[in-house]
Amino acid sequence: MNILVCVSPVPDTTTKITFVDNNTKFNTEGVQFIINPYDELALTRALELTEKHGGEVTVITVGTAGTEPVIRKALAIGAAKAIRVNCDPVDSLHTAQAIHSAISNESFDLIFTGRESIDYNSGQVAGLLAELLGMGLLNIVTSIEVEGSDVIATRDIDGGKEKVSHPLPCVASAQKDLCEPRIPNMRGIMQARTKQLNVVEYADAYNDTEYLSYDLPPAKGAVKLIDPANAGELIDLLRSEKKLI
Amino acid sequence: MTLDFNALKEEKKGQDTFQHPDFYAVDDLLTEEHKLIRDSVRDWVKREISPIIEACCQEAVFPHHIIKGLGEVGCFGPQIPAEYGGGGLDYISYGLAMQELERGDSGIRSTASVQGSLVMYPIYKFGSEEQKRKYLPKLATGEYMGCFGLTEPDHGSDPGGMRTTLKNINGKYILNGSKMWISNAPFADIAVVWAKADDGKVIGVIAERGMKGFTTPETHNKWSLRASATGELVFDNVEIPEENILPGVRGLKGPLTCLNSARYGISWGAIGAAMDCYESAVKYSKQRHQFGKPIGSFQLQQKKLAEMLTEITKAQLLCWRLGTLMNDGKATPAQISLAKRNNVAMALNIAREARQIHGAMGITGEYPIMRHMANLESVITYEGTHDIHLLILGMEITGENAFA
Repeated sequence: MNILVCVSPVPDTTTKITFVDNNTKFNTEGVQFIINPYDELALTRALELTEKHGGEVTVITVGTAGTEPVIRKALAIGAAKAIRVNCDPVDSLHTAQAIHSAISNESFDLIFTGRESIDYNSGQVAGLLAELLGMGLLNIVTSIEVEGSDVIATRDIDGGKEKVSHPLPCVASAQKDLCEPRIPNMRGIMQARTKQLNVVEYADAYNDTEYLSYDLPPAKGAVKLIDPANAGELIDLLRSEKKLI
Repeated sequence: MTLDFNALKEEKKGQDTFQHPDFYAVDDLLTEEHKLIRDSVRDWVKREISPIIEACCQEAVFPHHIIKGLGEVGCFGPQIPAEYGGGGLDYISYGLAMQELERGDSGIRSTASVQGSLVMYPIYKFGSEEQKRKYLPKLATGEYMGCFGLTEPDHGSDPGGMRTTLKNINGKYILNGSKMWISNAPFADIAVVWAKADDGKVIGVIAERGMKGFTTPETHNKWSLRASATGELVFDNVEIPEENILPGVRGLKGPLTCLNSARYGISWGAIGAAMDCYESAVKYSKQRHQFGKPIGSFQLQQKKLAEMLTEITKAQLLCWRLGTLMNDGKATPAQISLAKRNNVAMALNIAREARQIHGAMGITGEYPIMRHMANLESVITYEGTHDIHLLILGMEITGENAFA
């Protein structure tokens, strides 16, 4: 089986977030980009599935040339080849359309994404892509197995889990606990040098979304510690100062 | 003592949030591949080593289960060509891998250094094609573990005085003698051993576990490198098949060439230990309050931190340059001595200063400081003592040998 894994480069979780252009643009200067952790889970599980059932894993990224270190890491982890759609995506629909256009001449048994990217957290690409491809979606899966021509997956749902079966091909999105992400080894890093990385253009004009401004969340307030012996003081503060009760 | 490694890994998962200081943007001198290698080894250390290392050291247990992982991630012989199972990578990649392993623990780095630089390297450099094919791929995966026998009970800094002999008796090669302070000895499958041949010249042989008369008693009660297994190699009339003799070298040049490769790795490794102490000290100086302020706001603590960062930055630049010289085949033994000596002493000083910043907490296993400090007391002695490296430099400068 051949699996496509959609990989989004996201800022490292320790990045100090700042904005430029009058707070309308995220400042990428000096930012270290990593593979979106949910996508890393999708990639690892995709490799496990192809190791068991045969076939190969292709990774796809929508982004400019600066995203290539992240793509090389995906190849080092074990993907057989990569596609980079050369455009700076504006929003989730733009990303999904760019992926759809780039794979129009290819066929995959499974298209795997992360449940969301940890930068903008839209969580929409998997659903939009499934719609564009006319496929079913198994969203937020914590386990996925292939049995014959079906996938069997466990999904996180409100207050519990559901186990579902769905025929291939389909789209799935990875949730944490799916697997332990694979760390690239030196041999894989060497091999990634020579693996195929196709760059395809995607030039459709897209301006549905305009970013008006970004704001950082309010700074964390000071913490006031109250001695357990004076619990009454807490009630007074919540009532008089915070007006919560 | 048996430790529940899985429970420890679960309990301490994600607690290691190490990030390296890079005050002079040394990362810009590295390739994307170098950074990926470093980050991969770091991720592996955070997942496999950091959660268990304190318990391993407290209990003096070598975590045997990590050998497979060390091999998989590529830490055994990254600088050995890929056709023999190595990584086929350059010396900066090798150095960065050692830095990250020692950031975890010097004992774990020692295990990998010995395997890569002191076992795989001599077999690659001085071994026959058959020996390379037989041993190297298995050493690269960790299926075979090796050790290196040069130091003897009475001959440390003066290896030329060694008493271990390989005598040709009626057409059979017989090994006699003993080696001491040998990392990996207690569990090693093979040992690269240096002995004096009939002509008095030093010769290398591959001894295999199970050969009659070959034993490896373990050295107990160490206060340093407690998560690494150390032992002796004892040879009592061990018959060595001719095909186990390394054909490519005669004389002390053989073992000394191996030590150059290992010492180079140590000079990077020491930076890792120093970085770990520094990072812990910076965090602690911000969290710990005295006199109503974080202790990091006091001048004496800032002096310590500023000097630590200065020394780490100098060591990083030193190693990067030495790495490029190694890649070009131009690094001299004296240049390697300078780096090993400087960086290990630097790391040990930083561990001591970091211990001061941590106050009493610095002596506990809650922080990595005393573990690194105790480890570095071995590192400053093995692979050429701090003093011997000084004399190597002295000889380089003056042309005069002051060893004896």
